[in-house]
This record gives sequence, structure tokens and C-alpha cells, in this order.
Amino acid sequence: MSELLQIIGPGGEAVRPELLPEPALLEQLYRAMRRIRHFDERAVILHRQGRMGVYPPFGGMEASQAGSALALRRSDWLFPTYRDSGAALTYGMPIERCIAYWRTSPHGWSMPEDLKLLPFYVPIATQYPHAVGAALAEKMRGTDNVAMAFIGDGGSSEGDFHEALNFAGALNAPVVFMLQNNGWAISVPTSTQTKATDLSLRAQGYGIPGVRVDGNDIVAVYHAALEAVTRARSGEGPTLIETVTYRVKPHTVSDDPGRYRTEEATRTWLERDPVRRLKTFLEGRGLWSEEREVALEAELMAEFEQAVERADAFPEPEPVEILEHVFKEPTPALRRQREQILEELRG
Amino acid sequence: MVAAINDALTLALERDPSVCLFGEDVGVMGGVFRATDGLQARFGKTRVFDTPLAEAGIVGTGIGLGLAGMRPIAEIQFAGFLYPALDQILSHLGRYRHRTRGRFHLPMVIRAPYGGGVHTPEQHADSPEAILAHVPGTKVVIPSTPSDAKGLLLAAIEDDDPVFFFEAIKLYRSVKEDVPDGYYTVPLGKARLAREGSDVTVIAYGGMVEVCAKAAEAAAAHGISVELIDLRSLVPMDTETVLESVAKTGRAVVVTEAPRTSGFASEIAATIAEEALDALEAPVVRVTGFDAPYPPFTSIEDHYRPNPVRVAKAIRQVLAY
Repeated sequence: MSELLQIIGPGGEAVRPELLPEPALLEQLYRAMRRIRHFDERAVILHRQGRMGVYPPFGGMEASQAGSALALRRSDWLFPTYRDSGAALTYGMPIERCIAYWRTSPHGWSMPEDLKLLPFYVPIATQYPHAVGAALAEKMRGTDNVAMAFIGDGGSSEGDFHEALNFAGALNAPVVFMLQNNGWAISVPTSTQTKATDLSLRAQGYGIPGVRVDGNDIVAVYHAALEAVTRARSGEGPTLIETVTYRVKPHTVSDDPGRYRTEEATRTWLERDPVRRLKTFLEGRGLWSEEREVALEAELMAEFEQAVERADAFPEPEPVEILEHVFKEPTPALRRQREQILEELRG
Repeated sequence: MVAAINDALTLALERDPSVCLFGEDVGVMGGVFRATDGLQARFGKTRVFDTPLAEAGIVGTGIGLGLAGMRPIAEIQFAGFLYPALDQILSHLGRYRHRTRGRFHLPMVIRAPYGGGVHTPEQHADSPEAILAHVPGTKVVIPSTPSDAKGLLLAAIEDDDPVFFFEAIKLYRSVKEDVPDGYYTVPLGKARLAREGSDVTVIAYGGMVEVCAKAAEAAAAHGISVELIDLRSLVPMDTETVLESVAKTGRAVVVTEAPRTSGFASEIAATIAEEALDALEAPVVRVTGFDAPYPPFTSIEDHYRPNPVRVAKAIRQVLAY
């Protein structure tokens, strides 16, 4: 079992004080976590109000998502899975686009031109080889940009995961593989998923560094991610980072975890909450206060509400949009099928 | 034909620094059919490289390269080895432009030798083009002559969307012709009139075109005038040329070596039935491989692949209707 990197312990105590970053950065890490927690909570509420479709919450994994995404520059690549709204938002995905995505609107598929962000990956593990390719392309062009991809414990059973690790090692691709071990692949616990108890060790088989991090300690996640990103930038190749965390929420808003797990383990993990952990630490150092918390909450509320308004303002897609963007130029068949849709609409 | 393909790859690598080429054994060895011979030596290991033996990895990595602005050309050693990459192909390859609303696109080419007729080992002779033609957002191109192979491959590499480029193994060394020097493209989605005729239209592509040409010769000896259309690309399909020809001849035979059920021949036949029923003097007839895995049994495998005799019989059948 590899050592679990932890800088701030579950009770908010500094375990590795020598690795603590500057107060300004600590505050940035905290704000980033609070921001995506706010999104996650509001998203679930929107769903209950019928204003959002099926949504996979990431609550409890904020440290893992924000800590890793913050290690990137805007010129790097991010390949998120459907559970990584938090990472995508931290990286720069506009909130209204994220809302639109979970409203199943094509507007959620459009990304700002300057953001190398891919839409949430649904087929499990398929994003890993893509990240390897994007990283290789940056290397070929002589930039020091890197790619970061996310996966879960379940995804690490897929062939693509292994092929990508091997490819990245063999071709020395500047890529950071984030493996968020949140204990569950829908209803299957990691212990059923694999006999392995330390997923970071899988890196060894491919000759690349593997790091195991307390996924609820954002300081540790950021530290490990930044080290891996820095290594990748300087030509030292890929890293696999396992963030040990927990999916305290359901798989999606339509899932009932009561069918497959007791709340006991979940309670244990709630006590390890990443947001509260850093808040306790910051307060203990006099770096945070209740007034600032209230101000931050108001700020996040306003930001989210404005984003909802922008999301509400996106026009409803037209039926013919189904056929748009299939090719650069529509084929004759697509043109005929477009006519068919228009004809059907005319009745 | 293999030399024409090598020539096209050379020109593309020379012309555009974002073109890169990779796959199993494509580098040092130059490919199992030598299609990439000498390219690594000339363009270096960064742009022409050997990969691990992992098709999903090859296609998936290629997708990433393409998303990030390269023009990747992935070689899959045999079309029948594409299957491990089907997840990447079905889930991703053709969807990027669509699911990013044009923010990303994928100018990627996947080359693979396909088809039978040369006594390859088991699973080396598949014709999976219909599976891929069925995937929205991907193009499928299959040349039948060396000069077409060169021009179509360069057009495929230039194309801003993903293109499958299947090369008939049978034609690699058996067909020879003078290929124009220098850089030129043959547009995707435009069929070639391989032979002009008036009695019956025969539609084929890739390795079947030469089989149909022989059948047409045989038919001509019996006074039957065959119009032979080399489809060249399945997606986009040049329906117009096919229908114009059928309107003229009133009869159609479609020839592919892939299995019959849900094969691309069905697509062509259905299109003709839908669009040109009034012109038809007889039902459209398909000549295809069988609904069985391609048999790697040297002594009998030639019974699987349509041959000139089978095609000639179908031609007589539609004329006798």
C-alpha cells in the first residue's frame, strides 16, 4: 500500500505543515470548493423543481475536483466525466453552459473557443486515450501544455484505462490521469470492482509514477496535481493520481442508494467533509471568519442566479438541429433528411 | 496500389506538419503491406510512430490528436482488427463536431486493409464497411484503382471530418496503372463511371470493381452493354450518379463482398427502389458475400467472394426479368 498523501487531516489539523501553501492560495482553494458545492446543491434543487434533467451530484468530492483542476492553466486540456461538473466549472466552464448541459440542451455542448474543455464523457474510460492524444499533440507542437483526464474506480476496470496508461508511458505523453476513487460504481463497491486495494499502484505496471492522495484534502490534491502537471510540462511524462474519496450522494438524482448500501459508511465520510475540513483549518489560523463566509455565500448565490437567468434565456433547440454539425458540409442524405423534418413540421 | 498509397502519405506528410501517422508496425517495418515504407526514416519518429498493440488505444489516441489540431492518420493493421476500437468509433469518432456544436472537429483518417481473395489467415479478410457507414458523422471511402487511391486518400486527409479509408488487400499489388505525379485530390462523394453502357447498371466499390469489370467484359461478348459504377465512397454516397445511370438502363445489380444481411449493398438497393422505381424494369439484385464469417479455408474461400461468373449470372437475371 502506497503512502496516502495528506496535508490537512480530517479534523482540520495540519499534518504536514511543511507542505502548506501561502494563505492566499489556501483561500483560493477554499473558495473554489465552496463555489462548486453551491452549484451542486443548487443543481439538485433545480432538478427537484423540474428545471433540470437527470444530474449526477459530486457533493463530497469537491476537494478532488477543484484541487486537481486548479493545477491547470487555461491552455491545458481537461477531459471530464459526467460526474466532474465541479472540475469543469473550476477550470472555466461557464455555469450557464453546465446548467444547459444537464438540461440536455445543445447549448451545454458549446464551449468557449479558448477553453480546451471536452463535453462530459459518458462512455466510461474512453476519455483517457483522448487525453493521451491531446497531450501528445501539444508535445509535437513543442508547447508545454498538458492534458488532465478524470476517471472513477469503476472506469479503471475498463480496457481503455490500461491502454491509455501504457500508451502514455510508452510515448511519454504530458498527461495527468486523475482517478477519483469514490468507492462506488453506481451500486458496485470498489471491493467488488477489483481485488486491488490501492489503485495508484497500477501505474507501476506501466512504468509511470502513481500517487495516492487523501481526496478530501484539497491541499494534498492540489499539491499532487501541481507536481504531476509540473513534471508533465517539463517533459517527464505521465502520472496517475488516485484521490481516495467517497460518493456520499446518489449516483444520479434518480438513484436510490438505500437499495445497495447502508448509511453508516456515508456518515463516516460525511465527517471527513472536504469543505468543512479546510474551513476549520482556515478559521483556526485566523484566515477565515463567519462574516467572510456569509459574504461568499451571497456572492455565490448571485453568480448562480445570474447563470440560471442566462441558461433560461438560451433558445429552445429547433428539430433540424438534430442534423446540424454532423459534417462540415451536410451530405445529400442529410440535406434530404432535413427537408423531411421540415416537411413533417409543416404537417 | 500500395505504392500510390505510400506516395499519398508521403505528400501529405511533406505538405502539412500537422499530419502524423501511427499504428502497429508502421514505423520501422513500414507496415505489414509496406504502405508506410520509408516514412519514419524520412519524417522522424515523432510524426511516424509505432504504437502498442491496442486498437482502442490507437483510435482513442488518434481522436485526442485530432481534437488538439493534428491531422492523425491511424493505421489499423487489418479492418477485421477494428473491433476492439469499436467503442471509440461508435461512441466518439463521429460525434465530436455534433456534440460540441462545431467547437471541436476531428480531421482524422483511419486506414485499414480489408477484404478477401488473397488467402489471408482467419479474421484478416473482413469487410466491415457497413458497420462504419452506419455510424453518423464518419465518412467511408474505398478506392479501386491506384490513381483513385492516391487522390481519395489525399482528399480524406484534407477532410475536416473523420474518414475510414479501406484498402482492398487484393488490389495492393495486383492492380497497376500509371499514377499522376504530384499532389492531387479526388473529391469524396463522387462516383466514377468505370465503364459506360446502356443495358444494365452494375454498382460496386473497392475490390469488387475489377470483378465486375471482368463480368462486364464477359457480358459484352454476349452483346450485353454494362454500365459499371465505381462508388468510391459510401458516405457520402453519390446517389445522383447511381440514379442517373439506373434511369438510363432500367436495371441494377449491386456487388459487394461483405455479408449480405444489412450490408451496404442493401443500402444502395433500397435507395434505388425508393428513388427510381418508375425507371426499373426488374428488381434490383444484390450479389454479396454470405451471412457467415469470411472463411479462411484456402481451398474453398473463393466460393465466398463474388466472382465474375456470379456477377454475370445476376446481370443475365435482371435482363431476363
